[in-house]
Amino acid sequence: MSLRVSELRVYYRTLKGEVRALDGMSFDLADGEIIGLVGESGCGKSTLGKSLIRMDGRMHHVGGSVELDGKELPIADDRRMNDFRFKEVSLIPQYAMSALNPTRKIRKMVGELLKSRGAALDAAELERRMDQVGLPREVLDRYPIELSGGMKQRMVMVISTLLDPSLLIADEVTSALDVSTQKAVARALLGFRDSGYVKSMIFVTHDLALTHHIADTIMVMYAGKLAEKAPAHVIVKAPRHPYTKLLLDSLPEVGVRYSERRLEGIAGSPPSLLHPPAGCRFRDRCPLAGDECAEEPPAVEIAPAHHVACWKA
Amino acid sequence: MMLRLDDVTKEFRIGAFGGKTVAAVRSVSFDVVPGEVVSLIGESGSGKSTIGRMILGLNSVTSGAITFDGRPVRGAKEYYRHVQGIFQDPFSSFNPVFKADRVFAMIKQSYYPAVPEQEWAERVRSALRDVRLNPDQVLGKYPHQLSGGQLQRLLIARALLLDIKLLVADEITSMLDASTRIDVLNLLAELKTRGLGVLYITHDLSLGNYLAERTVVLRKGGVVEMGLTDKVFGDPLHPYTRELLSAVPRLHEEWGDAAAVDTCLYHERGAAEGLLEAEPGHFVACAQLESC
Amino acid sequence: MTTLQEVAPRERAGVRREALYFAVRNGKLMTGLGIVLALLLLGMIGPLLVDAAPNQYGPQPMSPPSGEYWLGTTTFGQDIFAQFVHGLRSTFAVGVIGGGIAAVIGMVVGFVAGYLGGIVDEVLNMLTNIILVIPTLAVLLIINAYLGIRSVAVQGLFIGLTQWPWAARAIRAQTFSLRTREFVDLARMSGSGTGRIIAREVAPNMSSYLFMTFILLFGGSVLIASSLDFIGLGPTEGVSLGLMLQNSTQWSALQLGMWWWFVPPGAAITAIVGALYVANVGLDEVFNPKLRET
Repeated sequence: MSLRVSELRVYYRTLKGEVRALDGMSFDLADGEIIGLVGESGCGKSTLGKSLIRMDGRMHHVGGSVELDGKELPIADDRRMNDFRFKEVSLIPQYAMSALNPTRKIRKMVGELLKSRGAALDAAELERRMDQVGLPREVLDRYPIELSGGMKQRMVMVISTLLDPSLLIADEVTSALDVSTQKAVARALLGFRDSGYVKSMIFVTHDLALTHHIADTIMVMYAGKLAEKAPAHVIVKAPRHPYTKLLLDSLPEVGVRYSERRLEGIAGSPPSLLHPPAGCRFRDRCPLAGDECAEEPPAVEIAPAHHVACWKA
Repeated sequence: MMLRLDDVTKEFRIGAFGGKTVAAVRSVSFDVVPGEVVSLIGESGSGKSTIGRMILGLNSVTSGAITFDGRPVRGAKEYYRHVQGIFQDPFSSFNPVFKADRVFAMIKQSYYPAVPEQEWAERVRSALRDVRLNPDQVLGKYPHQLSGGQLQRLLIARALLLDIKLLVADEITSMLDASTRIDVLNLLAELKTRGLGVLYITHDLSLGNYLAERTVVLRKGGVVEMGLTDKVFGDPLHPYTRELLSAVPRLHEEWGDAAAVDTCLYHERGAAEGLLEAEPGHFVACAQLESC
Repeated sequence: MTTLQEVAPRERAGVRREALYFAVRNGKLMTGLGIVLALLLLGMIGPLLVDAAPNQYGPQPMSPPSGEYWLGTTTFGQDIFAQFVHGLRSTFAVGVIGGGIAAVIGMVVGFVAGYLGGIVDEVLNMLTNIILVIPTLAVLLIINAYLGIRSVAVQGLFIGLTQWPWAARAIRAQTFSLRTREFVDLARMSGSGTGRIIAREVAPNMSSYLFMTFILLFGGSVLIASSLDFIGLGPTEGVSLGLMLQNSTQWSALQLGMWWWFVPPGAAITAIVGALYVANVGLDEVFNPKLRET
């Protein structure tokens, strides 16, 4: 078992109180597995990604634990996490553009970065990995501003996995990219896993269709909690949670026309996480909701590797 | 013919003294008729937003002509009575220091100063109901108290208060969540039953395909393929269109592979020679259809 | 989109109420404003309490502070308290006039250049830069020496006319980024003209910034006016804190040990300007959530 997250709670401090962005998440990630973490804005998916590597000032760890390769991650302790970052856990941020220092040529920046982590630059290895993601070597002698969005994103991918971390978190890495570039980046990520540069990966995104092409397992979050987790093809073909079903129904696919089949969105909006309602958090928008939903549904394994948090599943 | 673009080109000056120019839009021609949705599809840098802004009179045209009901477009007050636009970022479309319903008051002030307050309030409420918003839930709130979807609907309602004939919707759903964006798209589709023309600008092929009667595919400022949506997406002729289609992630299919177009020199040829009518109503900018 | 984005807008809730909430709890802002207001009050009310004209010669020269003369008298028997309160008045007047004129010119130039861009921007920017690089104090020296300055108002005017460039530059930069926001396009599509868009859309978004600009310009004007007064280029009529300082030096108050002559005006100038800067830092904290100490 590569990663085990149990009952993780991370809240945001705000002026009005605590926003329960992550309210009791538990899941396991196996070696070699890619989990696609899907959900809408404010469901806590980015909070989860960040919690595993670096919490920002407003986040605080309220409960639960994270275990990576048998060792507990001190996620609340920014200093102690430093020993894990980059070596054990690494992150590709959404805006790779801002992750690169604009005043340094890439080669110099990579060298400095590795030095600060006490590792030497293996130029041959770096170039091999760049070849793998289709980046020409000249890129190393350019400034970040000279690269296109897709190239920057791939460069950041190569850099953040140079020390072969056990866990890679890719936070919305493709959402700012064009469709054709998106495909290249997504495939490069798959290649990293297959070459063993990273053991396992959490791919955070709002795009269900894209996740389906990358992830082995898809985890759907709603309002700070797990809604459903299952192998990717099961989520797409036989979802059990009503939220997953409605979400899939609202996706226009190429070939679906308004004139022929009218799709519907999900009425209402997610609850405020400042004072989340008791019981199932999807209850207000759920067409199946009944009396038992006033009580919070636990995540149950209804089939092998298929967890659903719904009384009606 | 309501809106017509004829050989429209837009060049931006860059460099310290504006000495260099880059063409953002090259010789684009298409039209929008009442009661239809035309989608303008392109990736970043395709010039799709620039085209939208030129139609809205927010950017000037370098050469060529844009006409609305036969008259050249100017960003004048009377023009905006009939043509309106909605943009990508709902939060940036509202002035954050004022209440969101101020957008309605501005319309009243400019266009309907004579309408009595009472009647205007009723018109606003009915426009809000048309976009499926509960007036009591959205009036009197600040933009940050509303969701992106609600804000975009407010802007559609704002357009409906005018004597609107054409709506330019530039990526209006790209910042919305999947569960709410389809409802905003459905609203756009309903507009055409009111006889409006809608120009829907997007990078998302599946959304364009869902909504539009006709599709214009742009690449690097030029049109590569256009025609009825069924034709363009059902039987794409241009290698770029094919590549785009194959790159779209789909739920029930594996990712396909289409030949990359980097080696194809169609664009330079196409721009010079104009589009080729491959079949009635299906135009493509490819000089050598067979060999591509 | 991410949780953060979801949380952030919620935090913006009630921007103004929130600003007020932080304003009244911000020690720096309250202290700074308190000092300035106290001195302003003194300058407003003080002259009504003393009958003596500030420059009127009196019977008791060079007397230290006493019950009769709260702050003592000058070499000529003038009542220093009377001079002080009148001086405060003119100092505030110079600050308001100089700061006000500079703020208005700075805003007009900054807004127009930033919003219109293009050739207008280039011309205005050139003008701003020219005035910015001219050594302001030297020019004021020459103008004052050549034309002679009679009143506080004229002094304020000259200070205002030379102090605006940095304000214009700062406002231009802000306007530049705001005009690309979509609500500006939307206002254009609502039939609003350029003037209305600047006044009703752009300016309200930087009200805190404009307020700070005025405070800084006010403090700057007070300082420049005092310097001019001190080197003998102040208004020939009336009295100001700077003029008091100048007179005290001229009549060797320091050497004669007449501390009561130069300490009050010197302390008041320092207090006003210092308090304004402290208040400004406080305002920064109120409006900029990143600086808020939570």
